[in-house]
Amino acid sequence: MGILFEDGNFALFRDGFLRTVELSAISAVLAMLLGIVLAAFRVSPVPALRAFGTVWVNTFRNTPLTLLFFAVVFGLPRLDVHLEPFTFAVLALSAYSGSFVCEVLRSGINTVPLGQAEAARSLGMNFGQTLGLVILPQAVRAVMGPMSSIFIALPRNSAVAGAFSVPELFNVQATLTDKGYAIFGIFFWIAIAYLIISFGVQQLFSFAEKRLAVAR
Amino acid sequence: MSTRTASVLYDATGPKARMRYRAFGLLSLAAIAALLWFVYSRLDEAGQFSPDLWAPFEYAKVQQRIVDGVLETLKVFGLAALFSITLGALLAAGRLSDHRPVRAVCTAVVQFFRAMPLLIMIFALYRAVFGAEPFWALVIGLTLYNGAVQAEIIRSGVNAVPRGQAEAAYALGLRKTSVMTTILVPQAVRSMLPAIIGQLVVTLKDTSLGYIIAFHELLYVGKLIASNTSTPEGYPYIPVVLVIAPIYIGLCLALTALAKWIEARGRRGTNRRTPAAA
Repeated sequence: MGILFEDGNFALFRDGFLRTVELSAISAVLAMLLGIVLAAFRVSPVPALRAFGTVWVNTFRNTPLTLLFFAVVFGLPRLDVHLEPFTFAVLALSAYSGSFVCEVLRSGINTVPLGQAEAARSLGMNFGQTLGLVILPQAVRAVMGPMSSIFIALPRNSAVAGAFSVPELFNVQATLTDKGYAIFGIFFWIAIAYLIISFGVQQLFSFAEKRLAVAR
Repeated sequence: MSTRTASVLYDATGPKARMRYRAFGLLSLAAIAALLWFVYSRLDEAGQFSPDLWAPFEYAKVQQRIVDGVLETLKVFGLAALFSITLGALLAAGRLSDHRPVRAVCTAVVQFFRAMPLLIMIFALYRAVFGAEPFWALVIGLTLYNGAVQAEIIRSGVNAVPRGQAEAAYALGLRKTSVMTTILVPQAVRSMLPAIIGQLVVTLKDTSLGYIIAFHELLYVGKLIASNTSTPEGYPYIPVVLVIAPIYIGLCLALTALAKWIEARGRRGTNRRTPAAA
């Protein structure tokens, strides 16, 4: 258990922890934006955009995250796209999570009572206004639960990035294991780090849920 | 559902709106076509469609390796699915137990394994216990994580059965075990089957984590093919991805279709069985 405080391991561990947080936070923001755009596509009046959204979401939801990382890390450099491993990881993670966000939002849109959209339209709002000002704010409130489980899963999924040379927590685990430290000692500390992160996300969401709650 | 949202969010189109939507449609079609063309031309410019890169897939040996990879993936998936549903049922029974210590232990186990990244667990198992056997590290890691998730699904299914069912069974003099096995679980499984299969899709996708502990499942086999085949055009990483991704997507879509079919079937059944006001 004491390995954390031996020869410079703590610095390594801290950097890995911060990397995981940074990677998850950036990907979460991008996934949210991507999810909103895709959800708007999937309910739009334009059939071409609906079809595009459907194909996109079904492709990325059914591709294993590891395969996505593999495709991005080994595929893109062959198309002369050379980026940092961290940027590649952000791309893969947000493309993957974004399609889950889209599906959750879409199911939320389905729960908003019909009259809301009808009222918005009878006030003369167009599609963008109806969706952005009336429907989405209510849809988001309805799906805070499923949304929180996506964003709690995101830091866990980000562990895959460690296998594609991003120095985050899984990478720290692999490095320390290769140095020959006791495996379950390492596991213990890594586990605590992930529990802290997922607890933090949970708190964030319950705070947001309280702030967003509307008395009906 | 989609027709409902589609018609709710915008008016029935008049002539002007129809023109506007058509213009938008053409514009977005053009944008999508441009995007596809851009991807295609980037691939083409980089020589990814040259016959040299695709030639390896003509060899029977390479095809055999891909088939073997698929079989290994399915083997891991089958075992992990079986074990995880068993473990999930046990943990769910534990969480619904009347004995507080049993409940506490099962709750702790479920919460812990649900919060841990699967990769971290598989890697620790691989290095600590199964050094020479990545297969079992993968299967057991998948079992622990998905078992915990399945336990939550089954438990919420049992809790969602109307209370009158259990009360009626107790009133008839059944014991807790028979109430569980003959009344609650059959109904819970029926309503939760789509969610259970949905989690099985996740299990199937997560078998690709075997890549990281060098287990010969589909993705790792693909990587070996790509990195061992040197062609004048370079290594065929992109062709391998283009071959493997549709296999994974097809397998997952097949499972999803099964879940949807069962869901539709279940709805049909309950509609017939339940009287007007249930």
